[in-house]
Amino acid sequence: MDMDKEITAVQPTQHHQPISEPVIVIENLYKKFGDNVILENFSLSVKREENVVVLGKSGAGKSVLIKCIIGLLKPDKGKILVFGEDITMMDEDELATARTKIGFLFQANALYDSMTVRENLEFPLRRHWTSLGEAEVDKMVKEALENVGLTHTSDMMPTELSGGMLKRIALARTLILKPEIILYDEPTTGLDPITAREIDQLILTLQKKYKTSSIIISHDMNCVRNIADRVVLLLEGMCYAQGTYETLEASSDPKINQFFK
Amino acid sequence: MSIISESKDFLDQTGQISRFAGRFFSHGLKPKFEVKELLVQCYLIGYKSFPLVGLTGFIMGLVLTMQLRPSLVSYGVQSELPVMVGIAIVREIGPVITALIFAGKIGSSIGAELGSMKVTEQIDSMDVSGTNPFKYLVATRVIATSLMLPILTILGDAISLFGAYIGVNIKSVTNIRFFFVQVFESLSYSDVLPAVIKTIFFGFAVGLVGCYKGFNSTKGTQGVGRSANSAVVLSSVLIFILDLLTVQLTNLLGLN
Ligand SMILES: Nc1ncnc2c1ncn2[C@@H]1O[C@H](COP(=O)(O)OP(=O)(O)OP(=O)(O)O)[C@@H](O)[C@H]1O
Ligand SMILES: [Mg+2]
Repeated sequence: MDMDKEITAVQPTQHHQPISEPVIVIENLYKKFGDNVILENFSLSVKREENVVVLGKSGAGKSVLIKCIIGLLKPDKGKILVFGEDITMMDEDELATARTKIGFLFQANALYDSMTVRENLEFPLRRHWTSLGEAEVDKMVKEALENVGLTHTSDMMPTELSGGMLKRIALARTLILKPEIILYDEPTTGLDPITAREIDQLILTLQKKYKTSSIIISHDMNCVRNIADRVVLLLEGMCYAQGTYETLEASSDPKINQFFK
Repeated sequence: MSIISESKDFLDQTGQISRFAGRFFSHGLKPKFEVKELLVQCYLIGYKSFPLVGLTGFIMGLVLTMQLRPSLVSYGVQSELPVMVGIAIVREIGPVITALIFAGKIGSSIGAELGSMKVTEQIDSMDVSGTNPFKYLVATRVIATSLMLPILTILGDAISLFGAYIGVNIKSVTNIRFFFVQVFESLSYSDVLPAVIKTIFFGFAVGLVGCYKGFNSTKGTQGVGRSANSAVVLSSVLIFILDLLTVQLTNLLGLN
């Protein structure tokens, strides 16, 4: 536990200076399924325009954590403040409003397989912003597809696309509402190194372009090194350690060290 | 022992489905309604089932007539054939057979569709995209099945009666007008109305069970397959149970 303090004490070197006001504050979060305790006293805050990468073993509860943030899972205890408002206390309508500002990339993409790529992208647009006209929707879909370099797929079905293309379409769908916060669940897992690097670049470019704050879950150390302003280690249900990639890599704690081998 | 645990499972499930139905009435029927999706589902569920319902209805009417004829002939009342067949089709066989075909086709497809959406997190994805999945997926489908099955039953009955006419015609040439006049004169509102109304409940059961099974699907191909399969089995059993209940009810109300 000393290690935790020692590392957090080191100021992370930022790629770009975030304004220090936090956009996400998680305080003492608890979540269990039956007797299976997943999150235990987990706390974390994310500043504006900051990329926080969450590292952790498979099954550590990383997906559970970000599903709590978007309100898909209800934590047993604790607070999740997004732009100062507690997600866990919101009713359905408030949650829907809050979600227009939060993008969520699912670990397995979760594209609607009964709809074309275009319909997939239109879905969040039309559902969240019901007053949009046809021309605007068209323009935003086009822009979103251009961002990921897949304009030619707009009339294809998800089943006709490769894994990397699916990931990019899912990314486009996540970004189409221009959310201020994006939660990425393993954006590069299962992709070849070249495509993975492209996705990393894409995340960085879009982050600069739209000035978003993100939480990124990743096992891919290249991805972590490239995009993390701060790395958070989720271990035993807690935020075990946090700091820049370099400080954590240099740590002598074997529990931290094992991730950087 | 296994009978005890099985009946416990059955009761458990009954409780959960009732709760699911409760959620349909408390949440699913509140505004704002997903009108466009409802129309899409009515089209998919109603229109697309029509050929199958028509075909089975036609064959059933035809076969039933051919099977009944020898018995009626042996009593010398073959002139009553249209009346017998008409009552059998309209009161019982039409609604139940149509509902069972419907359960097989629609119940399984709803179970599989929602099941695979559930396990691939598409349902969560809708939730995140500002859409209440219960209203968008469940309410629309349950309303569509409850509305479409009565319509399909009426159409199925009509085609079935036409099949019966052909069946009568095979042995003795009959005027089609004469046949239908004879059928309709023998039918009263108390034959037709309860029979159509019960199909609303049959349709409700098929939609609700399909959605329930899909929403509670477990991971993997097997899980999705199991939801589709058990949706058909359970809704078919429910159709018979509901049929039993409605016949008792109409008896009590003196509608027979
Ligand atoms: N809906 C649920 N019901 C019951 N248990 C769940 C549920 N969702 C997750 N879990 C359990 O919570 C634990 C953490 O799951 P989670 O998906 O968050 O892992 P993860 O850290 O994202 O792992 P991975 O890197 O493999 O994606 C697992 O043990 C899982 O079985
Ligand atoms: Mg995960």
